[in-house]
This record gives sequence, C-alpha cells and structure tokens, in this order.
Amino acid sequence: MSTDTADTREARDAPTVRATERPPAGDRVVATVSHVVLGFWSLLVIIPLLWTLLSSFKTSREIFASPFGLPADWNFDNYVSAWTTQGIGRYFLNTVIVVGCALVIVMILGSMCAYVLACYSFPGRRFIYYSMLAGLTFPIFMAIVPLFFVLKQIGLLNTLPGLILTYVAFALPFTVFFLYPFFRALPKEISEAAEVDGAGEWRRFFQVMLPMAAPGLASVAIFNFLGLWNQFLLPVALNTKRENYVLSQGMASFASQAGYNVDYGRLFAAVVITVVPVLVVYAIFQRQLQGSVSQGTSK
Amino acid sequence: MTASSLVPLTDAATAPPARRRSRRPLTFDRVSFFLVFLGLPLALFLFIVVWPFAQAIWYSMTDWTGFTPDMSFVGLDNYQKLIHDDIFMTAVWNNVQLAVVVPFVTVVLSFALATMVTVAGASHGRVRGLRGSGFYRVISFFPYTVPAIIIGLIWAQMYDPSSGLLNGLLTGIGLDRFDSFPWLGDTLTAMPASMFVIIWGFVGFYMVLFVAAIKGIPSEFYDAARMDGAGRFRIAWSITIPLIRDTVQTAYIYLGILALDAFVYMAALNPGGGPDNSTLVMPQRLLETAFAKGQFGLASAMGVVMAIATLVFAAIVFTVNRLVSGDDDKAGRA
Repeated sequence: MSTDTADTREARDAPTVRATERPPAGDRVVATVSHVVLGFWSLLVIIPLLWTLLSSFKTSREIFASPFGLPADWNFDNYVSAWTTQGIGRYFLNTVIVVGCALVIVMILGSMCAYVLACYSFPGRRFIYYSMLAGLTFPIFMAIVPLFFVLKQIGLLNTLPGLILTYVAFALPFTVFFLYPFFRALPKEISEAAEVDGAGEWRRFFQVMLPMAAPGLASVAIFNFLGLWNQFLLPVALNTKRENYVLSQGMASFASQAGYNVDYGRLFAAVVITVVPVLVVYAIFQRQLQGSVSQGTSK
Repeated sequence: MTASSLVPLTDAATAPPARRRSRRPLTFDRVSFFLVFLGLPLALFLFIVVWPFAQAIWYSMTDWTGFTPDMSFVGLDNYQKLIHDDIFMTAVWNNVQLAVVVPFVTVVLSFALATMVTVAGASHGRVRGLRGSGFYRVISFFPYTVPAIIIGLIWAQMYDPSSGLLNGLLTGIGLDRFDSFPWLGDTLTAMPASMFVIIWGFVGFYMVLFVAAIKGIPSEFYDAARMDGAGRFRIAWSITIPLIRDTVQTAYIYLGILALDAFVYMAALNPGGGPDNSTLVMPQRLLETAFAKGQFGLASAMGVVMAIATLVFAAIVFTVNRLVSGDDDKAGRA
C-alpha cells in the first residue's frame, strides 16, 4: 500500500525549507507554541508508561514510600513472581493460544468470505454485506446473555475452543469489511487467465488472488491481533474458569481480588508483561498501522 | 470489537457492482468452493453473532432467570422496571455524560494537535508540516495499541491517593491539599478523571486519522485562502473542518459508541461503580444483573437499551452533520 505519510512528504520538502530564508517571526511563534503543546502531550503519554516500567522494579514498600524514588536494586523478582505465583505465565500462554488460533482462522474465513462477496455476483450478496456491517455496529453487550447460553448448549462455555470460536465470529465482520475493497481492487484479468489455463476455483483463490491481497491481509491481521489481544468483555462473560483466563481478565482480577493488599510491584510487572507483545507489534508495524489509518480516509 | 474503528472509512459499498459472470456448469469444484468459502463463514456469523442478537430481543420480553426452561412472556415489563430502577438510570445518565463529553473533547483535542502537526509550519510557500511531527505521531498513537484494561489499571495507579504519581507531582509543586486526594473516590472528580483516561487513550489515534484527512486536502485550497489574507484559525475553521467533515463524523460516531460502552475503563478504574455509583455504566449493571443475580430477561432488556442508545447517538450525529452542512450550502449560494 502506498503510505504518503508525513515522513515522505517531509523528505520531499526538506530542500525547500533550506532554500527559503529565515521564516517570519509569526511563524516561529506558531511553530514554538506547536512544539510546546505537542511536546506536552507526548510527555503526558510517555510519563505514565515510564512510571509503570520504573515501578515494576520496585518493592511494594518502595512504591508506598515515594512515587518518584528509584528502585533500590534492579532485579526481575516482581516479574518472576508475577509470572509464576500470580499465574500471569498461564494467562499469557492461554492468550497466545486463543489469539493465535482465532487470528489464523478469522484471516482464512474472512478472506474467503470477502473474496466471494467482492468478486462474484449472486443474489443476496448486498444483504450479506450489510448484515456484516450491522454486526459491527451493535454493542456486543446486547448479545452477551444469549451468547452465554449458546455456548453452554454446545458445551463450549468456559473453554478455550469456545473462546476462539467467539473471537473468530465477532472479528469476522471487521475482517470481511476491511478486506472487501482489497479483493475488489485486484485485477480480474489475472484470475481469468488462470482459469483459461485450467485452474479451478480453489486454486485460483489460494495461488493467485490471496497472494495478491497480501498487503491488505497484513494490515487487517495487525488490527485483529491488537483487537483480540485487548479483548476483555468476551472472556469476562464467557470464560470464567480461572485456569482458562486470558491476560486481560487475569489482570483485572489480579488488580481487584486482593483489594488493598495487592502487591503493587508485581501488578506493575504484570502490566509490563501484558504490554510488551503489543509494544513489539507496534514497533515493527508502526508505519503500516498508521498507513492503514491514513489510507482509510483517502478511499 | 475494538479494532473496528477503521471500518466505515473504506466506503466499499459504493464500489461498482461485481462483474456479471456468465452461467457456469455446477461442477464439484465450484459447488464445494461456494459451500466452504461462503457457507462456512456465514454459518459461524449467523450462529454466534446474528442468532444471539435476535434472541436478546425475545429474552428482553420474558422473565427468564436462566437455568430453568420456563419463561413467560411479559411484554415490555422489563423495560418499565428499568425506568424505575434508580441505579440503572444512574448508569444511563453516566453513559450519556460520557457520550456528550468524550467524543467532543477527543475530537477537538486531536483536531488541534493534527492541525499543529500539519499546517503549523511556515505561512508562506508550500503548506508544510512541523519538523519532527513523525515523532509526535508515533508517541501519541501508542496508547491506542495498549489494552484498555491496562490503560485503566495504569491510571488507577496514577490516581492512587497516597502512592500515585499525580498526587506526588501536585504536592511536589506545593499543592499540599492534594496530599492524599482520592481522585477516583470523590463524587466530584471520579467521573472527570475517568473521562480523561478514555480521552488519553484515543487522542493519538484520531490525531493520526485527522492528519491523514488534512493531507488529503489539495494545497490549492490553502494557497487561495492565504492569498485572501485568511489567518491560521480562520483557515482551520473555514477550510479544513468543512473539507474533512466526513472524517470528523466517523470519528464522532465511533467515539460515541465507545463512550456508551466504556465498560473496560470503568471496570479497571472503579470496579464497584465508583463513589455513589458516579462512574457506574450500563454494561457493569448488565453483567451484574445477568451473571450475579441471574435475571437474564432484565439484563437482555438492558442490552437492548444500549443498542437503542447507540443507534440514537448515530442518528443525532448524522442529523447534526446534515443540518450544519446544509447551512453551509445555503451560505455558499447567497
């Protein structure tokens, strides 16, 4: 995808900046004010995160002594105890399993569905498309009670497969909706050429169309990963067995279960453990994420 | 789903209709292809998403308590009960406050920051962004990727009366009355403090969205406005906002849907609903009614109320946008 973000534009503009003479005073004032405001906002974003990181190395006593103090000795005790005794390791593993499986399944089902909706015409196509859109808009809370009993009936309540199934179903509308324009934009001639060469419907999809839609698949997969990793309501309502907890609900129960006796150092360490995967994804795909947001508006 | 914020931007529905294909014989390849490619996803969607939504409407008109098969139809009794349920009405009111404040503040703030990033550069020559804007965008976008529950937990610690960083900073600069001020435990501050957390998490995302929209505006518009002597604020107000109106509308609707939910943030900041239920939101009451009290009929009615609130909010935003743009058209012609 073409991402004409500020960076590329800045790069292009760089020579003109140097070519012009000193900007007038008014410009400098505006630029300074902008830098101050944007800098202030950036600090407001960074400080809580850095403070969390710092606190994750402190003992509870140190945390209560002063919010500013540095940890007396830097070690990973909090991380180790959060991972083992607090069950964060278990929750982490559950989350990886659930999000990993759901992500793979929803990307496969979603791209198949989007491909058929985008590239074939048949009665009811439009209706399916709009009911997917409606499925995105309605609050999940409306469906949560019946969903609980649907899963109970098929025996998947409080199980990881049940959670995976629900994740897939609720991520499907987003996936289809966002992949639809990608398949739509693919040149039909290539598929037709493959057909002339004798490739069946299945083969044309997996060997011709799907690889061409790869950029679209990548950005949808990133957004789905974040959405599923951060999912909270579905597990809280549908997955109440402690050994099956995912990270988000494990964190919530960790924070609330002990009331005022929470081991804060451990809590901060658990917070860092939960954030690290999304931080890694963000660091790697930052450009692509912002690019997708930008691209959305230009359509 | 949280990731849905992007969806309406790609207005795929307006794409040209699919090419008509000539009729083909129904080979095994073709039949199996359609069954799997369309049938499988749709079956899942119908069974796990559509079917529960439909059932919710039926349940909301019964007195079902869940674990027994008997339920009787009670019409709109549940809805009547909700109107007389003071705690639920408090929750509705809290969600309404959130839906009024959060989208407005987030959109204004992210628009202001986006404007600074894009057009705060020199006032002559080409329209260009601020130096180092990439850095600001990368930093402020990051909270969008952090799980909402974690954002809530981090800020719950920030607001902690004795060990939180906020009171530490405030007393550090000499404001001693904040020594152990309970931001989340005081009826006056609990709601604004919670609203701030939600806004903090979303400003960066919408800033990036607005930056992209502003960059999509042809620079001739800005050149012409400058030629006519328009200042920066005038340009932002009369050129930028009208031209990115649809993006603003999308942002507003998504933020509204989020504010009418707000469950995760509130569950992290004040699991019990806050002092005097001042931060209790509808979903919290719904989950309690359903899974703690077993009043599934009543809880389903709450879910339906939430859905209606979402639709009403979207309708209001669409109407306001249409009215405002209608005025502009008239002014333009006059």
